Amino acid sequence: MEKRVTFKGWTLPLCLLLPQVAITAVFFFYPAGQAVYQSLFIPDPFGLKSQFVGLGNFNYLLNDPYYRASFATTAVFSGLVTVVSMGIALYLAILADRLIKGAGTYRTLLIWPYAVAPAVAGVLWMFMFNTRVGVVTWYLGLLGYDWNHVLNEGEAMGLVVAASSWGRVSYNFLFFLAGLQAIPKSVIEAAAIDGARFWTRFRTIVWPLLSPTTFFLLVVNVVYAFFETFGVIHTITSGGPQQATTILVYKVFSDGFVGQDLGSSAAQSVILLVVVGLLTVIQFKFIERRVHY
Amino acid sequence: MATLTLRNVKKRFGATEVIHGVDIDVDDGEFIVIVGPSGCGKSTLLRMVAGLETVTSGKIAIDGRRVNDLEPMDRDIAMVFQNYALYPHMSVFDNISYGLKIAKMPKEEIAERVAVAAKMLQLEPYLSRRPRELSGGQRQRVAMGRAIVRKPSVFLFDEPLSNLDAKLRVQMRLEIKALQKDLGITSLYVTHDQVEAMTLADRMIVMNAGVADQIGKPLDVYANPATEFVAGFIGSPATNFVPPAAVAGAPSGAARLGIRPEHARLTDAGSGRMQGVVTFSEALGAETLIHLVLPSGAPFTVRQDGALPRPVEGEPCGIDWPDGADIRFDADGRRIALP
Amino acid sequence: MVQKRGIGHWFTHLGLIVGVLIIFFPIWLAFVASTVTQPEIVRPPMPLWPGDRFVENYTSALVSGINAPVARMLVNSLVMALGIAIGKIIISLLSAFAIVYFRFPGRRLFFWLIFLTLMLPVEVRIVPTYEVVAGFGMLNSYSGLIFPLIASATATFLFRQFFLTVPDELAEAARVDGARPMRFFWDILLPMSRTNIAALFVILFIYGWNQYLWPLLITTDPSMNTIVMGIKQMFPSGDDVADWPVIMATSILAMLPPIVVVITMQNLFIRGLVDSEK
Repeated sequence: MEKRVTFKGWTLPLCLLLPQVAITAVFFFYPAGQAVYQSLFIPDPFGLKSQFVGLGNFNYLLNDPYYRASFATTAVFSGLVTVVSMGIALYLAILADRLIKGAGTYRTLLIWPYAVAPAVAGVLWMFMFNTRVGVVTWYLGLLGYDWNHVLNEGEAMGLVVAASSWGRVSYNFLFFLAGLQAIPKSVIEAAAIDGARFWTRFRTIVWPLLSPTTFFLLVVNVVYAFFETFGVIHTITSGGPQQATTILVYKVFSDGFVGQDLGSSAAQSVILLVVVGLLTVIQFKFIERRVHY
Repeated sequence: MATLTLRNVKKRFGATEVIHGVDIDVDDGEFIVIVGPSGCGKSTLLRMVAGLETVTSGKIAIDGRRVNDLEPMDRDIAMVFQNYALYPHMSVFDNISYGLKIAKMPKEEIAERVAVAAKMLQLEPYLSRRPRELSGGQRQRVAMGRAIVRKPSVFLFDEPLSNLDAKLRVQMRLEIKALQKDLGITSLYVTHDQVEAMTLADRMIVMNAGVADQIGKPLDVYANPATEFVAGFIGSPATNFVPPAAVAGAPSGAARLGIRPEHARLTDAGSGRMQGVVTFSEALGAETLIHLVLPSGAPFTVRQDGALPRPVEGEPCGIDWPDGADIRFDADGRRIALP
Repeated sequence: MVQKRGIGHWFTHLGLIVGVLIIFFPIWLAFVASTVTQPEIVRPPMPLWPGDRFVENYTSALVSGINAPVARMLVNSLVMALGIAIGKIIISLLSAFAIVYFRFPGRRLFFWLIFLTLMLPVEVRIVPTYEVVAGFGMLNSYSGLIFPLIASATATFLFRQFFLTVPDELAEAARVDGARPMRFFWDILLPMSRTNIAALFVILFIYGWNQYLWPLLITTDPSMNTIVMGIKQMFPSGDDVADWPVIMATSILAMLPPIVVVITMQNLFIRGLVDSEK
C-alpha cells in the first residue's frame, strides 16, 4: 500500500532516515557482517592474526557433539516452554472466558508476571528450589523427594522450563483470552442449541476458530524460548549441570566471552541468524495472510 | 476574485493518459460544476488545479498567472474535501484557523475571521468541539469554514456532499449556492450527481473518459447535448436511444436518435413512429413513467402527465414525438446540427 | 455465551483463583523473604508470612546493596529503559514518516534494510556488537547500554503501519493549508499518533528495563550495573551464603517499576501488545 499524497524533495527524508540508518548500520549491519566474516576465520591463540578456514568453523560445529547436544537441548527446552506456557494459559483463558463478569479482574491479576524480567524470574524460582534454603525443596524433602537441580540434569531442565514458562503464561493468556472473546457468541450458542456439549463445542468450533492465535503464539513462544530466556539459564543453572541446560544462545555467550573462541562463537551467531531468519519468514507469511493491508 | 484558465491540460499516470487535453475558462466569480461518472477524470482535474497532482502538459492559470509548478498553498486556493479531512485532534476553531496560523496571521485577525465565518455557517456554538462530536452537516460546515477564512481566489469542491444523507444534501446544496453568491468567489465544483450540477452551476462541464464533452449553461446542456454521452448522462430518466432504422420516417444521415422521455407520448397500437409493449408503469403522482420494450428488445421510457390514463402491462402501444424533438448523433456519438 | 450455572460457575472461579495463586506464589515468597532476617531464611522452612524487617532490608539494599547501592542500579535501569524507549520512538517516528510520506531514490532499499532488522535480537550478534561498542569506548556507559538495543526496526514498522491508515486527505488538507512537511508531522501526524506512541512506550520501557545479557557484558563497573543484571552479581561466588533478604528486596525493587507501568497502563499496554504483534 502506498500513500497517494507525498511531499516533494529527497534531502529532508534522507535527513529523517539518517539517525535510524546510522544506528542500524553501526550496531546492527556491521556487527552482523562481522559475525559472518569472523565465522570464516580461526584467530591464533594470541589474537594477533587469524587464519582463513572457510566453512571450517561450521564444519567443526556441526560435527561437535557438544554443539549438537546444545541443539537438542534447545529443541527440548523451547518445545517444553511453548507447550507448558501455552497449555496453562489456554486453560486459564477458557475458564476466564466462561465468566460473564470478572474476566477483566482475572486478567489484571494474571497480566503482570509478564513485566517480570526473565533474569528476575530465574532468581525467584532458584530461590524457591534452592538446595539449601528453598521452601519447595524443603517440603519436597518432607515428602521424601530429594530435589537437587544442581546435580540432576532432568531437574535442572524442569526448573528452567518452569521459570521460563511462568512469565510467559500471562502473555499467552492475554492473547488466548482476546482470541476467545473474539469468537462470536452466536456461533457457540448455535452449537449449544444443536446439542453440542462443552467439550464438543470446544473441539469442533472454538479450537479451529482459535487456530490463528495459537499458531501466532507458537512462533512467538519459540522465538522467546530461543533468545530471551538467557537470563533464566544464566541465573539458575549457568548452563549446567554437564551442559544439560546450555541452549544455543547461552553457548554463543559462553564460547565467545567465557571461552574466548571467537571463530566458533561467530559461526554459532550466523547459525542463529539463519534460525531467526527462518522463524521471521514463517511469521511474516502468517502475518501477510492475516493482516489485510 | 480571479479567473481560472485551463489550456490543453493533460495528465498521464505512467503510460496511461487519463486526461486528454482539457480547456476551460472560468470567469471571475463564476460557479463551474464538473460532472461525470466515476473514473472520468474530474477529480484528477480538480486535484491538478489544487496542486495535489502534477500537470503532465498544458497550462493552468489563476488570474492569468501560471500556477503549474506552485505548491497548493501558493496558489491562493481553498479546497473542501469529500470526507471533509478535518484534523481529528483539533477543535473546530483550530481546524478553521490552521491555515491562517501557518500563514502567521496576527491572532486578533484570525479570531475575527473565524468569528465571521462561524457566524455565516452557524458554527458559533461548536467552536471548541472536536470534529467527532459534530454531525455530518456540521462537519461539512467546518470544512467550508476552513476554506472561507482563507479568502482565496478560487474555491475547489471535491464531491463535498456525497457523504451526507439525501435531506441534508439538498439543504447544504442551497447553502453552498447562497454562500458562493454572497462571497462571489470563483468556484470549481466536482460531482457525479447531475442534480447538484444542474442546480448549482452557472456553467457546467460534462466530462467523459478524460475529455470535456460539453461546457455550457445547465439548461443549454440539457436542451442541446453535444454528444450522445451528454444526452444520456444528463437527464433522469435517461434519454432513449434508438437506431433510425427502427423509426418510421426517420431523418437520413444519423447513426442514432435520442428521444427525451418527456418528449415521447403513447399512441394507439399501430400508429406513431415506433411500436412497443408496456412492461411496467411507475405512477409517481404528478407524472407517470411508462417502461416499454421495443420489438428489438431494447427498453424505452415515456414520461407522461400523472393525470393521463395508464396503460396496462402487456399492452401494445405506439410511440410518437413531435417533429424536431429527436436529437441526432453521428457514428462517433457527436451531435448532428439540425439543417 | 452459554452460561454456566450453579456449581460449575464456582468451579470456574476456583480454577482461576488457584491459577492466580500459583502465579502469585514466587513473588509472594520473594516479598516475604525481603521482610525477614537472614537466619529465618537459612533455617528452612522459611516463614510464609511477612516479617518485620521490611524497612531495614530495603534500606540496606537501596543505600549500600552488595556491590553497589541498589538505588544507583535503579537509576541506571531507569536511564537505560527511558533511553531505549524514547530513543527508539524518536528515530522510528522520523524514519517511518520519511518512508511513508516521501518518494526519494533508494526508498525501497531503505525500507528493506530496516525491515531486515526486525526480530533479530541483540543476543545473536553479541560478540561483534561488543567489539564495536568497546571500539567506541562505550563500555560502562549509558550510550553503550542504549544504542545497540535501539538498532532494530520493530517500532518503525509499527509507525509505518499506522501512518498508512491516516487518511490521505489530511495530508492534502494540510498542504492546501500551507503546512510544510515537518509542520504537518508536528501539528497533525504526531498528535494523531499519541495513543500508539504511549502504547509503544510501555512495551519498550519494559523491554529496556528487563535487558539482561547486554548490560551483563558491557557494564563491568558495579556502579553502572542495571538492577536486573545486578541481582545475579549479588550472589557470592563459591560456597558463601547469599544475603537472601537483601537479594530478594532487590528482586522486588527490580520488578516493581515495570509491574506498575503494566498495571496502571493496562489497557494501553494490551492494545500496544496486540497491535505490535498482530
